[in-house]
Amino acid sequence: MRTGAKVKSQIGNLACYVGLILVGLACIYPALWVVMSSFRPGTALYSEQLIPTTFTLQHYKELFDTYPFAQWFVNTLKVAFFTMIFSTCLVTITGYVFSKFRFRGRKNLMLSLLVIGMFPGFMSMIAVYILLMQLHLLDTHFSLILVYSAGAPMGFLYVKSYFDTIPQSLIDAARIDGAGHFTVFRSIMLPLSKPMLVFIALTSFTGGFVDFIFANMVLSTPEKQTLAVGLFKIVQGKFATEFTLFAAGCVLVAVPLTLLFVVLQRFLVEGLTAGAEKG
Amino acid sequence: MIQHRKWAMVLSLIGMGLGQIYNRQLIKGVLLFIVHLVALRVALYVPRAIWGITTLGERADHLEKVGRLYVNVRGDHSIFLMIEGMVVFLAALVLLVVYVMNVRDAYVVGKLRESGTAAPNFKATCQRITGKHFPHLVISMPILLVIFFTVMPILFMIFLAFTNYSSPNYLPPAKLVNWIGFGGFKDIFTIKAWNHTFFGVVLWTAVWTICATLTTFIGGFGVALMVQKRGIRLKGFWRTLFIIPYAIPQFISLLIMRNMFNGEFGPINQYLNYFGLSDLPWLTDPFWAKLTVIMVNVWIGFPITMLMVIGILSTISRDYYEAAQIDGATSFQQFRAITLPTVMFSFGPLLVMSFAGNINNFNLIYLLTNGNPANPDYQSAGDTDILITWLYKLTIDTGKYNFASIIGIFIFILVASFAIVNIRRTKAFKEDEINI
Repeated sequence: MRTGAKVKSQIGNLACYVGLILVGLACIYPALWVVMSSFRPGTALYSEQLIPTTFTLQHYKELFDTYPFAQWFVNTLKVAFFTMIFSTCLVTITGYVFSKFRFRGRKNLMLSLLVIGMFPGFMSMIAVYILLMQLHLLDTHFSLILVYSAGAPMGFLYVKSYFDTIPQSLIDAARIDGAGHFTVFRSIMLPLSKPMLVFIALTSFTGGFVDFIFANMVLSTPEKQTLAVGLFKIVQGKFATEFTLFAAGCVLVAVPLTLLFVVLQRFLVEGLTAGAEKG
Repeated sequence: MIQHRKWAMVLSLIGMGLGQIYNRQLIKGVLLFIVHLVALRVALYVPRAIWGITTLGERADHLEKVGRLYVNVRGDHSIFLMIEGMVVFLAALVLLVVYVMNVRDAYVVGKLRESGTAAPNFKATCQRITGKHFPHLVISMPILLVIFFTVMPILFMIFLAFTNYSSPNYLPPAKLVNWIGFGGFKDIFTIKAWNHTFFGVVLWTAVWTICATLTTFIGGFGVALMVQKRGIRLKGFWRTLFIIPYAIPQFISLLIMRNMFNGEFGPINQYLNYFGLSDLPWLTDPFWAKLTVIMVNVWIGFPITMLMVIGILSTISRDYYEAAQIDGATSFQQFRAITLPTVMFSFGPLLVMSFAGNINNFNLIYLLTNGNPANPDYQSAGDTDILITWLYKLTIDTGKYNFASIIGIFIFILVASFAIVNIRRTKAFKEDEINI
């Protein structure tokens, strides 16, 4: 009886491992394929085997020679970094106010913000474009940072539900000791919400990093483009004919972000589950 | 007895800040007066804004005879007029709020003075703002940003739905745009070619949304169960491995997938050939393209579900399972009675949200298939186009802005109704959670 159960559970585990390995293969295969393609001589999409017989760095070199790739990198980091800073500030502060203060119209304001946030963005892009044109901000990185950050407050619900878990008594105690609201926010709320902050910062950073639709609309000079826009244009231009070049571009764009996610995954798990538990 | 509140109020009605100066609040008064000057400047634009929004311009580009030559004269650009008008109105609205607050403030301080107290000085006012009015102060910045960069564009979009702004006949600056009321709505639902496309796309959007949400959920849940199964080693390793699809930027992985599923040269068909199977038209046949889209979505979406479910699973106490085992429950019974209800309870609201998110999953469709294969029976839409990508095509490719706006409103109503019902039920939104 006991050994029977043991064998059964071992078979179960084995099946589980097989499943995990299959899913794992499916997860890494596309990445592996692109990395390998980027080192493969020639330009074709088609190849006989996954691992090329000879490796070449030609495509990476070409990327930097024919396109202002280094400049795109700098631009992207700039846009993503400032978007991260401003979005995180705006969304945390909005979440904080909604979580810890009661004022007239609060609930309606919250609901309106959430509902407004659900409008599909494309039509509004035309209006934003014309607005930026009137402000003479087209083709600047500032406009991207401004628009991305301006959208951030609508994602407050997640921050709010996180702050809701921090007991009000902590704040009251600090207030009695004479701390102002800013002090409370800085030295009590923020240190206690590190996983949430990392999560928000990471998602807003990636948001600025990968957007290609709006950025494509706003940025017209090649030197000012971001990686996503540049890469997207390479793809649109000559994608079937120079697949390996595109693969090299993909690797360069994806590697920093992927590493960031893997390194920060502890925060990611905490951040995501914090949202899940409270729904 | 001097009636300070009356005087202060009347003065601040005449000019912002005057009442405050009367109340001996000099700095505040001067600051408000500067706002008043700004407001006057804005007020100068109001008549043109009213004219612009109501008429949408009166003269398009036209030729004018100057001497012996005809010169092209720039006319009114309807769309610019509309947006400029809206910006002016919103700015006026914000200033109006400041104005009302200014009058109220003058009245309150005047009343305070009548009761014999001196008006608070500037420092005290600042303290009041960062103290009692802290939430208002802090929230005003995000709200202003949202008003100008989200609300204004949304209003613009709603307005567009009631115009004839479309290519080729009503495209500024060469032509003017006019208000046509519900004419656009009528056209989209009565012209055969359009309503056929509309219902076709709506149907596929519904099928897509349901399939995409369920498959991702089941996939992520399944993988989470495998990772968390007792006796499985290297849990951290598996988890990291499965985060990869989520970590790779979506637009990159989608473009990669598009190449992998390439019918002629892609590796997927290559492997099928290797095992002696024939090629499959992954992206070119309507049925297979739809299937591919859903499959790729599982690949992209399962890691988030997995991470969340792992988080929920780790909160379930071991005791429940042990008790169940003692009672002789099978693994499946344990799953049905303990695991599933707990996960569903926490995950339910998120499931509804991801449902709403999938209705708007633009990136996936656009980058993977671009809505193709093209459907000749549809108006500028393909077989895998969902509402949002159709909207995009109508805007960017065909310039049917008014129809696109109507679809946008439709999507919004759809998504918002889901979301409102859901949000109202979530704990984070309910008032009774914290009592202050």
